[in-house]
Amino acid sequence: MNSFSLADCTTVEAALSQLKNGAVVKAGGVDLLDRMKNGTDTPNRLVNIRNIRELRGIQSTPDGVTIGALTTLAEIADDPTIRAQYTILSDACGHAATPHIRNMATIGGNVLQELQCWYFRSAEFQCIRKGKEQCFAFSGLNQYHAIMDYGGCPSVAPSSSAVALLALNATIELTSAAKGKRKVAIQNFYVQPDANPHRFNVKADEELLTAIHIPKPAPGTRSAYQKYGEKESHDWAIADAGILLEMDGDICRRAVVTMGAASPVVRRSKEAEAVLTGKPITRDTARAAGKASMTGAMPLSMNGYKVQLFPIAIYRTILLAAGQMERDPSAAG
Amino acid sequence: MSDHQPPHRELPETSSTTGNKGITRRGFLKGAGITAAGTALLDGVQSLQQEAQAATPKGVMEYGAEAFPVTLNINGKEHALHVETRTTLAEALRIGLGMTGTKISCDRGACSSCTVWLDKLPVNSCMTLAVDAIGHRVTTIEGLSTDSEVHPVQAAFVRHDAMQCGFCTPGMVMSCAALIERNPHPTERDVRVAISGNLCRCGTYPKVFAATLDAAGQHATKA
Repeated sequence: MNSFSLADCTTVEAALSQLKNGAVVKAGGVDLLDRMKNGTDTPNRLVNIRNIRELRGIQSTPDGVTIGALTTLAEIADDPTIRAQYTILSDACGHAATPHIRNMATIGGNVLQELQCWYFRSAEFQCIRKGKEQCFAFSGLNQYHAIMDYGGCPSVAPSSSAVALLALNATIELTSAAKGKRKVAIQNFYVQPDANPHRFNVKADEELLTAIHIPKPAPGTRSAYQKYGEKESHDWAIADAGILLEMDGDICRRAVVTMGAASPVVRRSKEAEAVLTGKPITRDTARAAGKASMTGAMPLSMNGYKVQLFPIAIYRTILLAAGQMERDPSAAG
Repeated sequence: MSDHQPPHRELPETSSTTGNKGITRRGFLKGAGITAAGTALLDGVQSLQQEAQAATPKGVMEYGAEAFPVTLNINGKEHALHVETRTTLAEALRIGLGMTGTKISCDRGACSSCTVWLDKLPVNSCMTLAVDAIGHRVTTIEGLSTDSEVHPVQAAFVRHDAMQCGFCTPGMVMSCAALIERNPHPTERDVRVAISGNLCRCGTYPKVFAATLDAAGQHATKA
């Protein structure tokens, strides 16, 4: 790691006053230190927000729940309200990385993680996301890369929690010294590579991600998340699926199917959702939804297996959400 | 935490804990840190830093890029040492204080051989900055046993021969002991989850499960 000065802040106001001249925010530090050790990020100054108490904790509100940006993944995974009413989120936070990392990593940092692509995360490769022309993944080693919606960069969205937050219609709260608070719906938070290859999300450098709001799910909502990796524990997802079902008796009134590790930005599968909407959840409808999720898939030279894996991940997670199948013992986490 | 690594490159490691004039900080502190003069030196630098503090805004503690003195609470004792902002807790323990029980293997949070407790929670000390340990209680493998007794998990690891090369063992023990602290009656499933971040290259996991369940007074069961 390069050397750097550090402003250790204890209030949001203090931290916002330090967000200038290229200073980089550090919370849990897991993703940032990883990139700094790789040599891809060499900030001269860090703003440490880890000790800002007001950004920590989970609060139930009449409209839903507000999660402070510094709440750790372990705290979210273990929270009784989140487990009962927002199961998809406790599943996602409880199966990210390792128990040790979940004790350190914050929800804000998880949402703001940078792309997963080993070329992007190596200091030796200067790609289009770093202001150059070339993508090394299309013609290189791309077994963990995207299969859909990738445009000029087939990296994959790294955040497990975002797979859940997209299904839950979460809102990201951003705060700056000049403009105060603004709220961005999670579906508008991430930037597609072709829209702007140099930005991963709409958060400005002078803004701090301060909270995440999640609306209360409709009555009859059931949800689940499962992650599939090469290893049984501690691995990046090669496919992960988030399912939210609003049930009216046996009929699925509304379905949300979200996918991570398929594209550079976490995505919903409208095709899979359409298969489930207005129908009972059965093995047949779940299987058909899984199959529909691969509409438009364009696998690269080494990741065709993902086109087989996603339908199974989605099928099994639909049945898990519906209470018709146990958690898959072969799912990672 | 990069499990997915490109297959054909090794970056040179930059060390944040060796000096640039051939004197390592470890050597310097071993020589100077334990003497009364060394302590006085630390105190002097600390008061200089406190003066600099007066100029910084409210709610901001400023740390420069150069080495500075800190006091860390490790295993119930206050330890004075010099760190830089970029010094990880693992480096501070091993190089700054000579507490080499905590191991560094991957240095990316991917193997957990560097596991310590930060206020009783197992964390990766390689991905924790030393400055983030200020004001917290750090417990390392050196602090698990008392003078008269080894920790039940350590004793069970010996009984079950739950190690081969031993490099992952301190991290394994810290993870398993933390589990028993918060859940005195774990199932084998609980142990599997607790050490799901601890990599053992030798593959001695079954004996780790058995030792931990034994330490908790449980019998190995498929749960």
